[in-house]
Amino acid sequence: MSTALRLAGVSKNFGAVKAVEKLDLSLEKGVILSLLGPSGCGKTTVLRLIAGFETPDEGAIEIDGLTVFAPGVNLPPEKRRAGMVFQDYALFPHLDVYKNTVFGLSGKEERKKARVGEVLSLVGLTGLEHRMPHQLSGGQQQRLALARAIAPGPGVMLLDEPFSNLDTQLRIQIRGEIRDILKRSGASAVFVTHDRDEAFFMGDRVSVMSGGRIEQTGTPYELFHRPDTRFVAGFLGTADFVPCSLRDGTAETEIGTLQSPNQRETGEGFHVLTRPDDVTLRESSSGGNGAVAALSFMGTNYVYSVRLDSGTVVHAFGPHDKVLARGVRVRAAFDPHYRPVIFKDEIRIKS
Amino acid sequence: MAGKSGTENIKTDGGAFALRLPDLNALLYLGAIFTALLVLVPIIYLAVRAAGSEGAVTDLISRPRTWEILKRSALLSFSVTFFSALISVPLAWILERTDLPLKRVWTVLTTVPVVIPSYVAGFVTVAALGPRGILQQLLEPFGVERLPDIYGFWGALLTLTLVRYPYVLLPVRAALSKMDPSLEESSRSLGKSPFQTFAKVILPQMRPALTAGCLLTALTALADFGAVSLLRYETFTWAIYIQYQSLFDRSAAASLSLVLVALALSLLMLEWLTEKKSPLYSVSRGNRPPLESIRLGKWRVPALTLCVIITLGSIVLPVSILGMWLARGIASGEIMPGLAAPLINSVYISALGAGFTLLAAFPVAYLAVTKRGRMTYILERISYLGFALPGIVIGLALVFFGIRYLAPIYQTRTMLVAAYVILFLPIALGPLRTSFLQLGPRLGEAARSLGKTHSGVMARVTIPLSVPGIVTGTLLTFLVTMRELPATLILSPIGFKTLATSVWSASSEAFYAQAALYSLVLIVISSVPMAVLILKQKNGGQA
Repeated sequence: MSTALRLAGVSKNFGAVKAVEKLDLSLEKGVILSLLGPSGCGKTTVLRLIAGFETPDEGAIEIDGLTVFAPGVNLPPEKRRAGMVFQDYALFPHLDVYKNTVFGLSGKEERKKARVGEVLSLVGLTGLEHRMPHQLSGGQQQRLALARAIAPGPGVMLLDEPFSNLDTQLRIQIRGEIRDILKRSGASAVFVTHDRDEAFFMGDRVSVMSGGRIEQTGTPYELFHRPDTRFVAGFLGTADFVPCSLRDGTAETEIGTLQSPNQRETGEGFHVLTRPDDVTLRESSSGGNGAVAALSFMGTNYVYSVRLDSGTVVHAFGPHDKVLARGVRVRAAFDPHYRPVIFKDEIRIKS
Repeated sequence: MAGKSGTENIKTDGGAFALRLPDLNALLYLGAIFTALLVLVPIIYLAVRAAGSEGAVTDLISRPRTWEILKRSALLSFSVTFFSALISVPLAWILERTDLPLKRVWTVLTTVPVVIPSYVAGFVTVAALGPRGILQQLLEPFGVERLPDIYGFWGALLTLTLVRYPYVLLPVRAALSKMDPSLEESSRSLGKSPFQTFAKVILPQMRPALTAGCLLTALTALADFGAVSLLRYETFTWAIYIQYQSLFDRSAAASLSLVLVALALSLLMLEWLTEKKSPLYSVSRGNRPPLESIRLGKWRVPALTLCVIITLGSIVLPVSILGMWLARGIASGEIMPGLAAPLINSVYISALGAGFTLLAAFPVAYLAVTKRGRMTYILERISYLGFALPGIVIGLALVFFGIRYLAPIYQTRTMLVAAYVILFLPIALGPLRTSFLQLGPRLGEAARSLGKTHSGVMARVTIPLSVPGIVTGTLLTFLVTMRELPATLILSPIGFKTLATSVWSASSEAFYAQAALYSLVLIVISSVPMAVLILKQKNGGQA
């Protein structure tokens, strides 16, 4: 498969702030990549560097086989074939739906008309050609923004938090529509968000960013269950880190012994990534290894925060048949089927 | 017990106090209606007067000279507007969007010309390029005995354009800086070059601001008296003045005034029409970082040249020429007249004018914002008529009306202040309206629910929070009142000289050094409120 987008060693500083640092990224054709990270991690800057609204300090950028930035090369935004969908849509308020969509097209009038018709039907705005942007609903504006960016057939689509202006209900509906449209148009896209669910839903692959770097790229499943760093593990969901010692292919912890992923690493100072579904809780009035410190009701079940006798805190779903009160003594144990993810310092040890 | 006395307190504050005062709303409406009448009555009387003298109107309209004047006024007004736009649009874009060196400095320098009154500019043009002017004297050694005539259309056009272009530049620049930057980025990523983006996205976006600025420029050019009279280009204002001065039957002046008002009103209507027809607001506002400035590259020199030429022509040269004439006058021992009297008169009468204008504008602005309806809409629109009423016309109307009905205050300062109120209401209304709008209804409602009366809310919430708007309105009104010439010329009590009238009389009598002195003082004094306004904007951003 050929590449739609490639970034190599791209850096960008704003004064003393390193917004993007030595970033490598590549995107295969037809794939949607979610760029996920907390606010200020540089994800929007990455999009703006690709689109040509900011100039990198170093590195190279290639869109659909065309080098748009490299030492001595810096194509202006209009030459890059990057279709941008803005957070605030940036629809031209003085142009109607048709004119917004036709804006980026050139060539014969008939062909432009045909293309607009095609794209508007793809996004389901046929019949609204003469509406002005402010006469459209939020979802329609969103789809118009997408249509306008798709129309010229860009090498890559760039979507900058496109759902942040919609309310929760609408957001879930719209993101389904948008993903569907992107997939049907065969677009390659980079989708920026700070919302994990959105990133997982939209992205075939997800890159987690932090401090101007990509921490890890993978499918949502890989990222969640095999995070490379403690940051990724923590950012993607509730994560506790239980101290463990490795010897003879086993990992020994306060709440049970697990199979170690490799034989090479031995000794103390390791941590097992522990998510609520990896731990079972049993009430244990005589003894146990911890006590319920807090509980919160999540609808289908309770999530308990358990303070182990060593002081380590783990989260766990409780038993289905009973609610455990705060202060109750419990026995926490690893699910025997759990294949542990173990970190040495910040990094996961490989199998 | 404590609880009980608390309840009693609320009762006295809410009940008894409100009963003793007349209803605040009624008072506000009364004030607004009085303001509207003040604007309407003189101008209606002028119309009646013009129509009343038999055959005067038909006579006037059938006279070719009237059409000649109309043609000249329209041509000048249109040309000044056209060239102002031609300068301002690229200048605004350069100042807002490019990496022009020393951008801050140029931004301030290109705004400064608004403090130069048109008659000072007119005088400078004559003193520089006229028959006895600086350029002539510089060229004399080279055998140049006559310069092309500066009097007439070209002189007036040059003069007015150089001091009026900020009326277009300021709103266009504001519109550019408020424009959603992602619109520009969208256009670029959709394959349009910066130039195409300017034509297809930016220009349409700035159109409402450009239209508003152009109409304002056209109106002020139409109403201008100082520059055209000094440069002897006979437009309506000058023709009216001549008629007024030379004839016993002043209804000819009244008829001419009416034609001028009709012309100006149609421009104002045009503005109201375009205002309604342009819902060009952006759909949603982004909170993105400001755009990367566009690199001028090889365009840097032309861009700088434009800034230098404009700044030289509109501020540096005028002030230097004034300074030169003043220095010469002092060196040659020309007798300098007293400065104190006109200075004191100017400040005093402008302060009165600004104060009363604000007082008249307050109820109108407050009602227009808080009690939207047909009545308040009409009251507000009437108050904006001042935009279309040239000073010379207001002066004349008040003379007619005053002689007939208000003899005791005719040719008193009261009359002059009344003229200022009518003329400058729109200027005070703008900032007041903005601050009332920013206030919103919630705070007042909160105060009411805490037991304050309507007047209590006004005194303790509305007015304190509107101070920025009140200050801006007062300063602006003070500024324009100080420069006002034609109405002041006609309505001043005998012997009451202001800086403005002194500049005019000294320069029309060719006492260049004296005129230069008055002009410089006027410019310096006007710069003070201007500087305060600019600093205020930088600090708080509240207009």
